[in-house]
Formats: sequence, structure tokens, C-alpha cells
Amino acid sequence: MAIDLFQFREFRIRDYHALLRRGEISVEELLEAFLQRIGSVDGQIRAFLSLNEEGARIRAQKLDRDIPPDEFPPLWGIPVGVKDNICTEGLPTTCGSRILYNFIAPYDATVVEKLKRAGAIIVGKTNMDEFAMGSSTENSAFGPTRNPFDLRRVPGGSSGGSAAALASLETPLALGSDTGGSVRQPASFCGVVGLRPTYGRVSRYGLVSFASSLDQVGPMARNVEDCITLFEVISGSDGKDSTCAPYPPFSRQDIPKEEEIRKMKVGIPREYFSSGVDEAIVRRIEEVLDLLRREGLECVEVSLPHTDCALEAYYIVAPAEASSNLARYDGVLYGLREEGSTLQEMYCRTRTAGFGKEVKRRIILGTYSLSSGYYDDYYLKGMKVRTLVRKDFEEALQKCHFLVTPVSPCFPFFLGERTQSPYEMYLADVFTIPSAMAGIPGISINCGYENGLPIGLQILGGPFREGWVFGLALFLEKMLSLSSPFPLLPERS
Amino acid sequence: MADFYVTIGLEVHCQLLTRTKMFCQCGTDYIGKAPNTLVCPVCMGIPGSLPVLNEKALELAIKTALAFRCEILPQVVFHRKNYFYPDLPKGYQISQYNFPVGVNGFVEFFTQGTKKRVRIKRVHVEEDAGKLIHEGLGLPPNSSGVDFNRCGIPLVEIVTEPDIHSPEEARDYLVMLRSMVRYIGASDGNMEEGSLRCDANVSVSPSPLELGTKVEVKNMNSFRSVFRALHYEIERQKRVLLEGGMVIQETRHWDEREGMTVSARGKEEAEDYRYFPDPDLLPVAIKPEDVEEIEKTLPELPLERRERFMTEYELTESEAGILTQEKDIADFFEACLREFRKPRLVCNWMLTEVLKNLNELNIDIMQSKITPGSLVELIKMVDKKEISGTIAKDILEEMFVSGGKVKEIMARKGISFITSEKELERIAREAIEKNPQSVADYLSGKEKALHFLIGQVMKMTRGQADPETVKSLLLKELSSGE
Repeated sequence: MAIDLFQFREFRIRDYHALLRRGEISVEELLEAFLQRIGSVDGQIRAFLSLNEEGARIRAQKLDRDIPPDEFPPLWGIPVGVKDNICTEGLPTTCGSRILYNFIAPYDATVVEKLKRAGAIIVGKTNMDEFAMGSSTENSAFGPTRNPFDLRRVPGGSSGGSAAALASLETPLALGSDTGGSVRQPASFCGVVGLRPTYGRVSRYGLVSFASSLDQVGPMARNVEDCITLFEVISGSDGKDSTCAPYPPFSRQDIPKEEEIRKMKVGIPREYFSSGVDEAIVRRIEEVLDLLRREGLECVEVSLPHTDCALEAYYIVAPAEASSNLARYDGVLYGLREEGSTLQEMYCRTRTAGFGKEVKRRIILGTYSLSSGYYDDYYLKGMKVRTLVRKDFEEALQKCHFLVTPVSPCFPFFLGERTQSPYEMYLADVFTIPSAMAGIPGISINCGYENGLPIGLQILGGPFREGWVFGLALFLEKMLSLSSPFPLLPERS
Repeated sequence: MADFYVTIGLEVHCQLLTRTKMFCQCGTDYIGKAPNTLVCPVCMGIPGSLPVLNEKALELAIKTALAFRCEILPQVVFHRKNYFYPDLPKGYQISQYNFPVGVNGFVEFFTQGTKKRVRIKRVHVEEDAGKLIHEGLGLPPNSSGVDFNRCGIPLVEIVTEPDIHSPEEARDYLVMLRSMVRYIGASDGNMEEGSLRCDANVSVSPSPLELGTKVEVKNMNSFRSVFRALHYEIERQKRVLLEGGMVIQETRHWDEREGMTVSARGKEEAEDYRYFPDPDLLPVAIKPEDVEEIEKTLPELPLERRERFMTEYELTESEAGILTQEKDIADFFEACLREFRKPRLVCNWMLTEVLKNLNELNIDIMQSKITPGSLVELIKMVDKKEISGTIAKDILEEMFVSGGKVKEIMARKGISFITSEKELERIAREAIEKNPQSVADYLSGKEKALHFLIGQVMKMTRGQADPETVKSLLLKELSSGE
């Protein structure tokens, strides 16, 4: 049957499953609808770096042949876009970098294994800033992704491909990764939902490392419920990742009921409503806070005094780890190699040609701050600031159950607007970096629009308090009764 | 000529005897395996892969640190040592820096007749690198391949303080170190196969009060080459100083064929490894009770055992040294003594015949077929003069190869007992009667004639008689016949 995708606008996984269960569509037909959508709009958006059309069709046909059990596995037949820094066996995994332009992952990341076990279909790999370094997806070696709400604007980054693919309904689910805000900021820019889990809640095995102590895979979706479902699938301990917490997967049982949420306390960190934030964003978040007050939630002002230093410390710690994590791209075993007459020359030429400007900037920054003589003044000091930032959150979260803040201080900016000024670009993550440094969970949900551009609201919780975060997110989603995004895109000629 | 004071510090790496690699499930039995057959995404540094610590490696490293009398730190941290080389697939080696497994230890050993103590600065655990292959395997000319089979095998590094003052001491230290890591089952310590590697820091100074400039010597592949390289390097530095020159701080490679150390060029700049804690691995807390558990598994170590052998069995320092160098030999020796408490006698057999046979066959005692029981049986028979020493040696050889009890071997080889001297006397008389000319020759002063007669008796007994006994019997007969 021909499927009108518009009807999927407000669909959740349970709605797709209802269609599948009633036999109104097959898994293959569902997949084809999304592939068609990708075919018609991705030429403009460029959310995907590569598609897994053949593999996805084979898988869909197999799922159709398999008699579905009474109870569908949680992601049975659901297409998922996977950020291109997450290893997918047999599929390209480029990290948006020329240095891995030809790299086919030889194994599945733990999260991908879990997706497959849950019945999901990997539909393709989504665009990203090179090695997840950036806030606009403009640092992709394969060209930028565009914001479906305004093609002249960026979708945010680094998981810009995943966010844009969700917003334009090229896929109902996607995986991103968040090191300093790379799930939440693009989710905000594209009006979708993205969770950065507690550090250690999701296995990093198979997520190509940028900054190991900060990287987390995050679930992204068009609504909170789907985000929860995806998180249930991908979370949980993993013997292959020593930094993964030894806890069972997240369960929606841990989400407080609405009446409990109404009794909870919201913290408002005053540093997140400072002069640098776009007035329309502040206004909208404050409207939402008023709504929460009206619904009976107590709102208290809290302080996170080290917010300013968090960004600076992040740009010491993350590049330091990156400089070491990216040392393996040397042209020896895989990826790009530019021959040279000596080993040294081969290394130099390969890395010069293979890495983009921002990646090089961070490698140099990180190499410097780890060098003997500078280590104590930079890396060690950065780690100390990190401890202070963590303590800020610990203290603030003793006074409330969660914090509500803007995700980004600004609206999606124009392509090229900030590429010449790295510091301006870094500021786009100023509200997502501190919680990443603290290792606590945070979600970005849409809370409205201004001039047709989405505004993201961030809910932060204590370590392993995803349940509370989701609880408030579900409550807000219901209260705001905003429809999921379906930006109308000009058809391809 | 001015006196020079030599100072040497040694850094030894030993591959730990774990079944799997340090951070992945790949096997460690890489000798003789085709290149890149014991590899996985983790040890190949494939993007996205993460290390997970093999706890056995840490346990063996702690055991090693304990054997070297180190303090065990309450927390071990893994650091990344960053440098580029094709055999290092991640661009860094997971090693340890300021929180190693153990610090401030010592080891004692005998050298040139006296007991010497060398302080141990640190013992840490790290992963091995891969191996470059420059020829064969269908490699195109002027190209190299990398074999990652070895990559990720756990190594323990044992670093001394600069307490060694001659190549002899260095060699004796290494012999003790090898003996110890083998005793505790941490490593097979095979330097030729590369499971034990040694780098040396050498300096020479005209004054005992200050150290000279340190030179690092690498690429020594046997105990002998360590000895030779150190000897060479000391003489080289002395020569430089005597000629009024300055020793340059550098790394030098030992060239085994040329018998000299050569400056490793291009390493003038001190490398900055940018150590930092590996964020992929959490620090490991070492509980005192775990250390105690590991300590309980430590066997009696070679030096203690040597000293016990000297007092308990009245062996000389050198005898006890040889018997205790290998745990299996020492165990075998003591197993013999449990059945036959004549240490002197058993020691003599061990040091001569047993070790000779092992050397000739180039095997360990555990690989041979001989058992303490059968050796004791043999020694007892010789002791009771039931068989001659010569025959016993033949039987022993057989025991090494095919095993079995003494009597079985004798039956197999058709050897019979010479039960009495009476029988031997009879044969001696017969030899004298059959060879009057030789008797005459001997009596006229030709010593050689006696040897001929001994040979005749030996022939008649098919070698089963003890030549010394035969000689004395013949002399007795010949003098009585006069």
C-alpha cells in the first residue's frame, strides 16, 4: 500500500507496532516509506552519510517472514539512523572524517548489537562534525547537514545528521553521541528529543572515542516516549567497557507518575539565564516555568558558580583525551594513507590530509596541555575544575529534583556564520558542557518556536536519575501539547 | 691510570604467563603462529574498541612485585604512554606511571662469592607492542609488515636503582631475576625468544661521589650479549673520558655481530610521552587481603632456598646455587632426598650426570622421563656396589629418554648384576691366566699392560664392572701371584 508519511507525524513506536500487528502494513512497507522519504528530502538536508538500503531491505523481509512473537521486541521493524561514529559491522563508519573515508567497521558497537537484538533496522549512518568536534555539523568532511526548519541554517552538532533526519521524518529513531552537548544541542536546534545519559549508563564499546571520559551514546527521537524506549534498549552494563556501570538496563518503571512529578521541586540555575542568552529563549523557558508553577511544582533558584570555568576546563580536558584517542589514525592499518618516503613523512602527510581544521586545532591544543611542563598547569587543573563543577551540581541537586535550563543560548545560526570564530562556536555548548563534565544526565525537549525555529528546553538530573528527567519531560510534553516537528520541505525538482 | 666508577641500572621486561592478553580475550601463545592470527579489534586498536583489564595479569604483576620485596600501592592506575610507531596500533601504550603496582623493593643474590643487594625502584605492568617484519611472507621489497600477535601481551617491568657496578653483577642479577620470575610462575623468562628483555643505563665516573652521564643501551638479546654490551660500553665511556672527551647522553644499540654499541640516531631530542591516566580504564583498588592472598602463593624463593640447602644439606654455595636456580631441579633434588637422605651423594649425581643429560638433550627436567624414585634407585645400587658407575651412567641416559625403573632398563639392555667381588676376582684371575704375556710385560714395568688387562676384564663383564674395582683386584692378584 502507498503510505502517506504525513500520518506518521505524531506516531510513536507503539503506533507503528499497532499497524504491524494488525497487518495493515508490513515491516518492508514501513521501511520503504522511510527510504522514499529519505530519497525525496535528503538531497537537501544531507542528514545521511551512507544508507544501508540493501541490508535494511533484507532485514525487513526477514522480520516479515519471522512470525512476530505475541509481544513485539521493543524496536521490531523500526528504522534507526545511527551516527557515523558508532561502529556498524559491514557498514562505513567514517566519523565524518576524510581519514576514515573508506573505513568499514569490522564489528558492531554494543549499542548496535542491542538495537539489532531488539528488532531494529539500521537504515543508514548520519552526518556529524568530524570526530564529533563541533556544534553545527559544518565540520563534516563530507559537507554540512541543513536544518529542516530552515535550510540556510545549521542543524546543530555534532549529531546534526541524526537530529535533522528525525525532524524531517527520514527516520523515527536515531542514535547520537554527546561529549559536551552533541546530542542535546542539535535536538534543540531541530525540535526533537535527545538524551545524554549518565556517564556509564550506556556502553561506549564501538563508539569511536573523542574524549573517553565524556563520551556517551544518546537516544534521539521525535517524542519522549520513543526516546525512553530506545534508552531502555541501549542502556545497561557491558563487559566490554570498563567505564560502563554494572547496572541493569533502564526501565520505565523508574519514571515517577504524573501526581508524583507535581510534588517535585524544580531548580533554576541563575547562571543559565544570564545576559548572553537570546531573550526569546529566556522568555519561552520562563513561560514554561510559570506553567510548571501553575501545575503545582515548586521552583527554586539555585546556583552553579563554576559554570563559566566549565567551558574552559572542557576545552582542556576533551582535547587532551582527543589528542591521544586520535593518534591511531596514522595510515598504517586502516583509513587514509598518504605515502611518504619515510615513516615520519607518511604520518605527517596522512594526518595533514586526513584531518580537518577543527580536529587539528584540538589535537594541537590537547598535545600541548599534556606536554611535560604544562601538564600540571593545564590538564591537571582542568581535572580539578571538573571536580568543582561536579560538586556544583551535587549541591544544587540537593535542593531540588532536577534543573530546568535552556539547551542553547542561541537559535540555529546560519551556515558559515560561526565557522571563522571557534570561540563563538564553542559558546553554543555553554549550557550542555557543565553537566557533561559532571557526568549527569540531561534531556533536550522542544518547548516552542520563535519565527519558525524550535526552542529547546533542558532537564538535568542527578547521576542515574534518568527516571526523574524522563518523568518531567513526559509531563511537559503533555502540558505543552506541542506537535512533533514536520517541517514542510520543498519537494525535489 | 685513573680509577673509574661504573654505575648500572637495569630495566627488565618479562612477558607474563597469562592465557589471554592484557586487555582482550586473544590468546598469548604466539610463538610460531602465522602473523595476525591472534588479534581482535581491541589489540589491533580498531576505532571504537575498548580495553578491559585481565585481572590475572595484575595478579602476576603483584606477585612479581612481592617477590622483589616491593611495597604494593593501594591503588594502581593505568596511564597512556603516547608515541607514534607502526607496531603500536593505538598510538599509545597502556602502561603505568606514578601509581605502579609496586615500589621500593630489593633483591639479593650471590655475585663473585658475596651476597649483594640491589634496590628495586618499581615494578609495573604494561602491554607489549606488535612486531615489525622486514622480509619474507611475500612482502614487496622496501616494505615492512606488522604482526600484532604479540601486541597486548602483558609485560611486567622491573626497574632497579643504579646499584649495579659491573657487567658480572648485572649478569648475576639477571640470572637471579630470571630464576625468580620462573619460580613464581610469572614468566618463562626466555631471553632468546624475547619473553625477557633487558635495557641498561650505564655511566662511568672518575669519582665515586658523582654519577657520570647516563647512556641507555638497548637491543641485547641474551644474557651473554648483556654482559658483552655492558663490558663494551664501559670501556668505550672510559676511553672517551681518558681522551678528554664527554660522554653524550643518548640511546645506543648493541650490535651483536660487530660486538659494539652504536648510537641510535634521530633520538637526540628527549621524547615526551605525554603520560596521562587512561580514561578508558578505572583505577584499581588493591585490597590488603588480596595482597595477602597472593603473598600466600609465593613459593620459597631461590636465594632463601639456596641458603637453606647450604645449612640443611651442607652443600657449598656454588652447589646450592646451581641446584636452586631452577625450581624444578631443586624440587627434584629434594624429592630424591625424601627417599634417600644422602644429600652429598645425590647432589653429586645431580650436578654431574643429571645436568649433563639435560644439557645434551636440551630439555627441562619436567620434560624428561626420569623420576626422583628411579634416580634414587640407581644411586642406591651404585652405592651398594651392585652395579658399576659406568653402567649406571648408561642406565641413566636411558632413563632420560624412555623412562622406567632401573631393573626394567637392565633387563631391556641385557645387563646383569655383578653381585659379588668373588665373581669379579674369578674373572680377574681368568684374564691373568689367559694373558701371560701382558702379565710378564706388567711385571717388567710396563704400566700399559695393566690397562690392557683391565680392558679385558671389562670386556668379559661386558662393561658391567667398576674399572677402579677391577684395577685394585688385578693389582691384588698380580702381587699375590709374584
